[in-house]
Amino acid sequence: MEVINISNEKETRKYGIKLAKMLKPGDVVALIGDLGTGKTTLTKYVAEGLGIKENVNSPTFTIVKEYRSGRMPLFHFDVYRIENEEEFFDIGADEYFYGNGVCIVEWADKVISSLPENRITIEIEHGKNEDERIYKCTY
Amino acid sequence: MKDGRHLTMGIETSCDETAIAILADGRDILSNVISSQIDIHKNFGGVVPEIASRHHLENINGVLDEALDKANVTIGDIDLIGVTCGPGLVGALLIGIATAKAISFAKKIPLVGVNHMHGHISANYIEHKDLEPPFLGLIVSGGHTNIVMVKDYGSCEVLGSTRDDAIGEAYDKVARVIGLGYPGGPKIDELAKKGNPDAIKFKRVYLDKDSLDFSFSGTKTGVLNHVNSEKQKGNDINTADVAASFQEAVLEVTVEKAISAAKNLKQDTLVVSGGVAANSRLSEMLSERCKEEGIKLYKPRPILCTDNGAMVGCAAYYKMKKGEISDLCLDAYPGLEI
Repeated sequence: MEVINISNEKETRKYGIKLAKMLKPGDVVALIGDLGTGKTTLTKYVAEGLGIKENVNSPTFTIVKEYRSGRMPLFHFDVYRIENEEEFFDIGADEYFYGNGVCIVEWADKVISSLPENRITIEIEHGKNEDERIYKCTY
Repeated sequence: MKDGRHLTMGIETSCDETAIAILADGRDILSNVISSQIDIHKNFGGVVPEIASRHHLENINGVLDEALDKANVTIGDIDLIGVTCGPGLVGALLIGIATAKAISFAKKIPLVGVNHMHGHISANYIEHKDLEPPFLGLIVSGGHTNIVMVKDYGSCEVLGSTRDDAIGEAYDKVARVIGLGYPGGPKIDELAKKGNPDAIKFKRVYLDKDSLDFSFSGTKTGVLNHVNSEKQKGNDINTADVAASFQEAVLEVTVEKAISAAKNLKQDTLVVSGGVAANSRLSEMLSERCKEEGIKLYKPRPILCTDNGAMVGCAAYYKMKKGEISDLCLDAYPGLEI
């Protein structure tokens, strides 16, 4: 596991763009972290790194948002409102995996056993200061 | 046609609600059935929908029957079917679209795919019979926050959008942080009436000068940080003050941006729609500011603010008038822009 200390949003951007460079079609990125830890913010910067032109905002209500203007499609999930793994399955979420795009899943801990084992997991915790975050990454 | 009136059926399944309505002449509601508003267990043994499209599938036939019954019409009387084709969750949208196509094909009724956001705006045409475009629109809901210039029926230009969380989503998340539960919007609205809106000065995020975009994520995080730091100090949290102060912060920004858009574009009409349009403090603040600035304010009644079939039917009616008919190839567009 790699531990990365992020001291501000600028560093989130740097990491997001770096992560985007590593991603290939079919990859799944699981984001785990409480409200306000910046999961959507990190996703925005990964999207920027993928060359996505549209504004990436929170998918909490629609659960999945699709972006196709980058070098590969991005499927941005937020399973905050999903109650259990069965519901995740019911919306057809697994059909997005193993496809031609990258899936980023916010609140991934709620559906972790439905996600491919071969995934990137990033646990986000608060640091000492309000702007600081700690990323615990497993690739 | 019934009694010489044109009948539109509107079908909406883009998110949580399974909803079908029947409208006469595009603007008069004959029935407006929304799954969460009726006792589904009693009526047809389904479950109250949460998220899954499977629930839409379980509900839709019952909702359809009830919509026809309440309107006192039969499927053969329907002249037009409107259905939401995006934005929304693809599996959920497809249930409505498949239903609409099946009826359209079987009964040879014209079909029109509708943008959900145009539906929200159209809720106001049902409520206010005198309202006609052009006007400035403010759409505030769980999934969207937009300022738009509505140029014509079904045609608008987006002037501002949220860059992160939608306003209703920020409400829901803050509600969870202070232990209020779902749906957060109405609960915060209620509790805020007992709190002091000036108790805590949460950040007002206006972004760049002149920008009509919104950002609510920072205010949400501000509430979270406040609650955590009070807990760490061992202080009790006055949830009513937190609710009132949070609400004041996000609504102040929303109202000021809408008013400034109206002034800059010299628009004398502001039309509000979407689930958060039912918020009582938003209505109060908008009424006050619109009065000061000489702007006419329109908003629909609460049942037309929430996702519903009537708004979709109305939007479909005006698309049909412009000759914009869909065919059976109509697809779901999860990321459809306004």
